[in-house]
Amino acid sequence: MSMLEVREVSKVYKTGTFGGDLLPALRHVSFDIDQGQVVSLIGQSGSGKSTLGKIILRLTSPSAGAVVFEGKDVGTWSKSQLRDYYRHVQGVFQDPFSSYNPLYKADRVLEMVRSVYFPDVRAREWESKLRSALEAVSLNPADVLNKFPHQLSGGQQQRLLIARALLLEVRLLIADEIISMLDASTRVDVLNLLVDLKRKGLGVLFITHDLSLGNYISDRTVILRKGVIVEMGDTRKVFGNAQHPYTKSLLTAVPHLHQKWQSNGSGARAHSVVEGERPTDLEGPVGGSVALGESRRYSKSPLHPQNAAASEASGAQGPRAGGARPSLMEGGGPRWNRRFSPGGRTVAEVLAAAPAPELVEYEPDHFVAVGY
Amino acid sequence: MSIAQDRPGEQATGQTTATTGTGATRGGPYQAVSAGTGTEQAAGGLAGRRRWEFLYFAVRNKKLMVATAIEFLFVVLAIFGPLIAPYDPNKFVAAANLHPSLHHLMGTTYFGQDVASQLLYGLRDSYLVGFLGALFASLVGMTIGFTAGYRGGLLDEALQLVTNIVVMIPSLVLLIVIASYLKTRGVLFEGVFIGVTTWPWVARAVRAQTFTLRERDFVDLARLSGKRATSIVVKDIAPNMASYLFLVLILLFGSSILLAANFDFLGLGPTNTISLGTMMNQAMLWSALNLRVWWWFIPPGVVITIIVAALLVANVGLDEIFNPKLRET
Amino acid sequence: MSLRVENLKVAYRTLRGDVTAVDGVSFSIQDGEIMGLAGESGCGKSTLGNSLVYMEGRMKHLDGTVELDGQRLPISDNRAMDQYRMRQVSIIPQFAMSALNPTRKIGRMAADLLRSRGVAYKDIEEEFRRRIALVDLPEDVTERYPFELSGGMRQRATMVISTLLDPSLLIGDEVTSALDVSTQRAVGEMLTEFRDRGFVKSMIVITHDLSILAQIADSILVMYAGKLAEKADADTIVNKSLHPYTQLLLASLPEVGLRYDDAPLVGIAGRPPSLFNPPAGCRFRERCPFAMQQCTQEPPFVEVRPGHHVACWKVHDDLASGQERVLDAASAALARPPAAGGSATGGAAAPAAPATTVSPPGGAAQP
Repeated sequence: MSMLEVREVSKVYKTGTFGGDLLPALRHVSFDIDQGQVVSLIGQSGSGKSTLGKIILRLTSPSAGAVVFEGKDVGTWSKSQLRDYYRHVQGVFQDPFSSYNPLYKADRVLEMVRSVYFPDVRAREWESKLRSALEAVSLNPADVLNKFPHQLSGGQQQRLLIARALLLEVRLLIADEIISMLDASTRVDVLNLLVDLKRKGLGVLFITHDLSLGNYISDRTVILRKGVIVEMGDTRKVFGNAQHPYTKSLLTAVPHLHQKWQSNGSGARAHSVVEGERPTDLEGPVGGSVALGESRRYSKSPLHPQNAAASEASGAQGPRAGGARPSLMEGGGPRWNRRFSPGGRTVAEVLAAAPAPELVEYEPDHFVAVGY
Repeated sequence: MSIAQDRPGEQATGQTTATTGTGATRGGPYQAVSAGTGTEQAAGGLAGRRRWEFLYFAVRNKKLMVATAIEFLFVVLAIFGPLIAPYDPNKFVAAANLHPSLHHLMGTTYFGQDVASQLLYGLRDSYLVGFLGALFASLVGMTIGFTAGYRGGLLDEALQLVTNIVVMIPSLVLLIVIASYLKTRGVLFEGVFIGVTTWPWVARAVRAQTFTLRERDFVDLARLSGKRATSIVVKDIAPNMASYLFLVLILLFGSSILLAANFDFLGLGPTNTISLGTMMNQAMLWSALNLRVWWWFIPPGVVITIIVAALLVANVGLDEIFNPKLRET
Repeated sequence: MSLRVENLKVAYRTLRGDVTAVDGVSFSIQDGEIMGLAGESGCGKSTLGNSLVYMEGRMKHLDGTVELDGQRLPISDNRAMDQYRMRQVSIIPQFAMSALNPTRKIGRMAADLLRSRGVAYKDIEEEFRRRIALVDLPEDVTERYPFELSGGMRQRATMVISTLLDPSLLIGDEVTSALDVSTQRAVGEMLTEFRDRGFVKSMIVITHDLSILAQIADSILVMYAGKLAEKADADTIVNKSLHPYTQLLLASLPEVGLRYDDAPLVGIAGRPPSLFNPPAGCRFRERCPFAMQQCTQEPPFVEVRPGHHVACWKVHDDLASGQERVLDAASAALARPPAAGGSATGGAAAPAAPATTVSPPGGAAQP
């Protein structure tokens, strides 16, 4: 059983002038993260990667699907159970400065943790806890304590936020583009820190749009395109032997220091193929490029969270029908049956009209979407 | 609609529009420059710096300075007025309808009461009602606004419904009805009434701002720290709206005074005291216009205009200070 | 010579005094050259680029001259610059995609802009449409509102509008920063195509991303804390850079194909100096693994090899004494911690654990 399992998570947003349209931001996303594993979730803007991060952190709720942490469905938890959840799962976001309330000192974020989770801990004990957490992120307490957020650099701010997570017994860190706003020279230190922590057993979901970063630190990679997983698996395999055309086009578009962009042969510009501005691109089936022969369907593979759960019978609830779970709906009740506008489609209809593509196992621990 | 977060740039308070920026860092030269400084003033931090900055700009803002000076003058008059008023405002002290003279700086009324004394007493009354009205309106409005803005969902919808209903109730008609039952009314009643009928505006404004602030990362972080909703609203969201709330209060104060004057003029005001509005009411009832007793109704009207206008101008000045984009320097 | 900048100094007025964001910068660009202006946040590259087009309210032109095509540009006077803007020198601002008025259709906005430059939309409409097709935008884009277009499409529309009057000099301020990787490539290729087709004569591309510059720039100028560090053609900078800052910067860039287990990257310890009170001498001194006593004096920005300018004493001394060995700042940084400003001898200290950089004793601030 993996530490965290994302099962068929979907998220549908209301759009359109009067909220009449439904836009599926995430469609049947499933993957899992283990202890001490860095999984990078790579997607361009609009892919839904940040939304997924928020769903895992329960800052938003999914329209369908479940997030299962250590065998228990997180969507059903109450406020007090959530407090426990946050002991083990924490998040760090893209803009370090905006994670701090500018009116207070930076270490208030640490103080907040203390008041909620360690109210009875004595000052001296707290102090030593602080020190070890700050040391783990290579911060000098004198440099960061008692200062206001604008007095700290971006790198210090991010490290402090990671230290805050370490104060709790965090097992999974959701890192949403945490270094994209840092300078090149400071990025590396935060990256290396993440690897260091991973070696000590921390699991990390590294959300980014930058392929080279994902390649650098992650053990497994998930490539997200417009809310759908197109390729995933072991990082070396996904990057070294990319199969899906979307992944391949991303890789050819990445600028390298020592190698010019290769022409992509088709003569068309890279962007239009990928962005799908011309609707005809990439709509057709992709099957030809993937050897179907002996490959197994991902949904039947033991690596699929649903099957893993079913085979373990470890007290988790039985295998799902793959549909929506009422417990996760906001406002209670089967939300997918509510119509957002008269004559409009319901969430269930939208999701049914756009099912997840098949994920086929191209090689061990390397899955590619077919038909998308 | 955006799936990726759009974050506001600078935390400029006083902005009522939703976030429009891209996922940008806080802007330009200020960021680069201030990140590197090691020392800070003794006032410390952003709160301290804001206060200092505020004072710096406040002193340079003509509108604010002039308006505050005028308002201050009248407030002092209101507080000490009754002590320096030469006569009891209700007593008949002289002949009726006397022109302004040395004995009666603003002449006398139809009944022989001293207008200047009435003015001084009435000023205090008007301020009191204005203050009470603003207090109640802000208490109710902010509570509802914060709750609706932070919680969202069904609760928000329900509160919006209530707000919309209250907005539609015509306050004047309501007051007439109530006045016909309550023969004696005091300042407190009027203050409460004004508060209870003007809070929707506050609720809406506060709700809109709360919606914006709710999306900020530090609110997410507070949620991830297991903090309760009330604590988040009171400690994280409200302080970041402080300048906006201040502006709202000032506007509310001004509009309460004006509203009270309106009601008093129509005879729906407090029955047991003198206010600027009731002065004008009396003047009208006793034919001051026809008899050309201008000193009875013009001074109160002018005073109301000045004190309300000063508040509004001060508001504009404050807005310029709080919102860096409106500054001229 | 297309553009020539001599000793340019530009400052910002703040509540606490003036900050000289660009402190004595000189360089020149030839016709047809795409120069990349690289550096980290706060180094002054954005200020430099923007000062050539429009001085914002708080910007002050302190000193120095700018000459474009032999003509002196009156950059301190916004009014006087009006006749040059968009015609001779144009800019694609940072966050260009949100710089479009959401209540105006694209075509209408372009027409307004052109009218303000004294050009009738009708006269140039055909060329406008031709260029729109060239950047793969649909024909009806002129009839659309900005929110109907994606980020990449808006960026390209802005690029076309900015270059419509064929300026001599185009300044692109972080044009690729907020874009997806594939759009980034498309925009980068578009920039070179604009130059190749003669829509613009020369270009300054401002970015912190050296790998993009490696793709599209002819030459690269590296800035640090308001001053120039190194300038050379792109190939030299990427493969044979001399300035320690450039080398360290290059060493901190991850590349697809390189994993942590293979070769951990090395960052640069410390922070850029405050520009309120910049330190005397070389501004990189505090973070440089090669810092020496001489570095308390400001190193001049001189041509050490043909077409290769560097501002670093160590480089000058080494090359003057005939050494051809290329300094490797990255391994030097790994071998010993950078001391605070003074000289550091020998590499006796044990190499730092690859995970994090070693915290220097006391003194220097941490990243």
